[in-house]
Amino acid sequence: MTLRSRILILVSALVVLVGVAAASVLHASARADRRDEARPGGPRITAGRVTLTGGARRVVFRNMAWGPHRDELVSAPAADPSGPRTASGVKCLRFYAASGTGVCLRAVHGPVQDTYRAVILDARLKERARYDVPGIPSRARVSPSGRFAAWTAFVGGDSYAGIAFSTRAAIVDTRTGRLTPTLEAYRIVKDGRPYQAADVNFWGVTFAADDRTFYATMATRGSTYLVRGDLSARTLTTVHPNVECPSLSPDGTRIAYKKRVKGAPKDAPWHLYVLTLSTGHETPLAEPRSVDDQLVWQDNHTLTYALPGDYGADLYTVPANGTGAAHRVTTAAVSPAYVD
Amino acid sequence: MYVADSRSGAPRTATSAADAVRPRAGRRLPAVAPTVLALGTVSLITDVSSEMVTAVLPLYLVAGLGLSPLGFGLLDGIYNGVSALVRLAGGHLADRGGGRHKWVAGAGYALSAACKPLLLVAHTLTPIGLVLALDRTGKGLRTAPRDALISLSSTAENRGRAFGVHRAMDTAGALLGPLAAFLVLRATVDGYDAVFTVSCCVAVVGVLVLVLFVPGGAATPRAQNATRATLRAAFALLRRRDLRRIAVCALLLGLATVSDSFVYLLLQRRLGVPDRWFALLPLGTAAVFLLLAVPLGRIADRAGRWRVFLGGHLALLLTYGLLLFPWHGTALPYAVLLLHGAFYAATDGVLMAAAADSVPPELRSSGLALVQTGQALARFTCSLSFGAAWTAWGDRAALTGSAVALAVCGGVALVLRPGGLRGAA
Repeated sequence: MTLRSRILILVSALVVLVGVAAASVLHASARADRRDEARPGGPRITAGRVTLTGGARRVVFRNMAWGPHRDELVSAPAADPSGPRTASGVKCLRFYAASGTGVCLRAVHGPVQDTYRAVILDARLKERARYDVPGIPSRARVSPSGRFAAWTAFVGGDSYAGIAFSTRAAIVDTRTGRLTPTLEAYRIVKDGRPYQAADVNFWGVTFAADDRTFYATMATRGSTYLVRGDLSARTLTTVHPNVECPSLSPDGTRIAYKKRVKGAPKDAPWHLYVLTLSTGHETPLAEPRSVDDQLVWQDNHTLTYALPGDYGADLYTVPANGTGAAHRVTTAAVSPAYVD
Repeated sequence: MYVADSRSGAPRTATSAADAVRPRAGRRLPAVAPTVLALGTVSLITDVSSEMVTAVLPLYLVAGLGLSPLGFGLLDGIYNGVSALVRLAGGHLADRGGGRHKWVAGAGYALSAACKPLLLVAHTLTPIGLVLALDRTGKGLRTAPRDALISLSSTAENRGRAFGVHRAMDTAGALLGPLAAFLVLRATVDGYDAVFTVSCCVAVVGVLVLVLFVPGGAATPRAQNATRATLRAAFALLRRRDLRRIAVCALLLGLATVSDSFVYLLLQRRLGVPDRWFALLPLGTAAVFLLLAVPLGRIADRAGRWRVFLGGHLALLLTYGLLLFPWHGTALPYAVLLLHGAFYAATDGVLMAAAADSVPPELRSSGLALVQTGQALARFTCSLSFGAAWTAWGDRAALTGSAVALAVCGGVALVLRPGGLRGAA
């Protein structure tokens, strides 16, 4: 083959490939435009004022429905989450709130790369403080009093086809601004003995009402544990094996979590359980599907969580005592928080 | 905490060995062969393609699919092991039948290209993990034949520079990939499918450039008494004194080469690099690697590959030293990244150039694969033991141990240098 014909082949192939690449980008960007238009049959969304205190009981979450308010925090009546949504204009990837304090994890678009930040919001969703997050943020929590906030980020993917990720869980005292960038700074007590390992990872912090105790997942050497943390003593103590993304009940007696079950498919390994802290008894919940989310207690009897749906994610509820059935309460929503 | 070493399986670095180079004073070194430039272009394009995917993968999993990417850790070990074995297989296949380097490498590139559209249909962790493993298999398959082609199309006088040019182009692709991915994401909303499609198109261009512009066929000059490329012959290469010494040195130094992830983590912890810069640290190393690969390759051709190779490890030793140093100036992180990048530039291509001198052309691919696999396994072992040492004694002690090990291995390498070679330190 002559050089000429080789160049000809390459150029023609380039024309085709550039066409395919451009078409895929145009298609994706046109889809972006479509997403700015509300779909018929979707939830009714109006711009308005969203606050984290005062007024009737509401659920605040990230709206994923297509339209001008996509990805904004919205509020809906707690009794009717699929009812009309009020959009706040504040965009978050993940969100949680309690007692007038919100934590919003969001992407900051840079010229070369996105960076992430955790923003502490006041009751009127105004920014009070911001912190850099070293990777893709996933879990967010605020203590019942509103004083402490926590988030988890996935760090990794920085070299060729890297498939190893690590997590960092951070906690901030919103009153003093004191930040613990990673729980790895805490002392670990595992099975009654001090424990040190370079491979420990933490995620999914959940706070107790006393503003001192919290729970989280610790992973090391291929196993996960529920750990109880002490914000004053800066210690972490293992409590129970095979617990991920714990969520403490409002009365502080039980932990709802996802458990890696044997025999489940490797890509969908988690089933929902509730652990009674005083007895160590595990109750399976009436949700047959694998759930990859940190649950939220709607009250002492009902849990809310997200599962993948047509527009990203839908919210479901299930009774906390293992009875009844799971059902979908609203579509196109993620990261719920119940506020009064 | 630690990001397990994702680079340990990759033949990014090299320990090099000696060189039969005898630079003749006053004679201009020949330019880099067109084949090397063509292969460099293929690597550049392919790295753009693969780094596009790598850069958006965590975001895609967490923000796009709502998954937590932790499950991937499970596949990591398998992945490293498979990659090492595939590399040996690729090396052996390429040597059988003389001139198959191009086609075995091409098959590797094509396999990786075919993986990109598969990402469009894989929506859960296991299928995504399998697609990535397949992609990595493609990489394992192509690496040794590609390096063999580079060494076969250059002369002993300019081999270091040829590898330097190739590695610089390869790294340029790795730096451009994330940029391309984020431009696509910027132009769209959640355009991960567009990123994967564009990545696939780019990968196909890479394969085409290889097929059209890299000479294939009987590229290997067959000597009259050439050894038949059997598996036995491949392993018998280790009976050659020079190659054995190179392999042993690569292995020893690999055992003391702390993985990149740990270096960045230590940099962040010890020198207080802010969180938001964490993701940019590998870019610093890569940029230095890019800038120094060619000049150090040329120096290796002139002053001796062995010297440059050991000098690279001295840079690594200094990196450890700076990380252990109690003084924390603002310039220190830059100095660490500079030395770390220089380490790669002085060792990665240089090792292949040096090893090439000790392997006959008909077994070139197998010989390079042997050295690469040995080094990759040594580094993997180092990662595991470094993690264990960190656990048991803390990061400082673990790094001190690595520094001592590196100094000792460097000393052994100094003594063990392949004999009969000029330019030995």
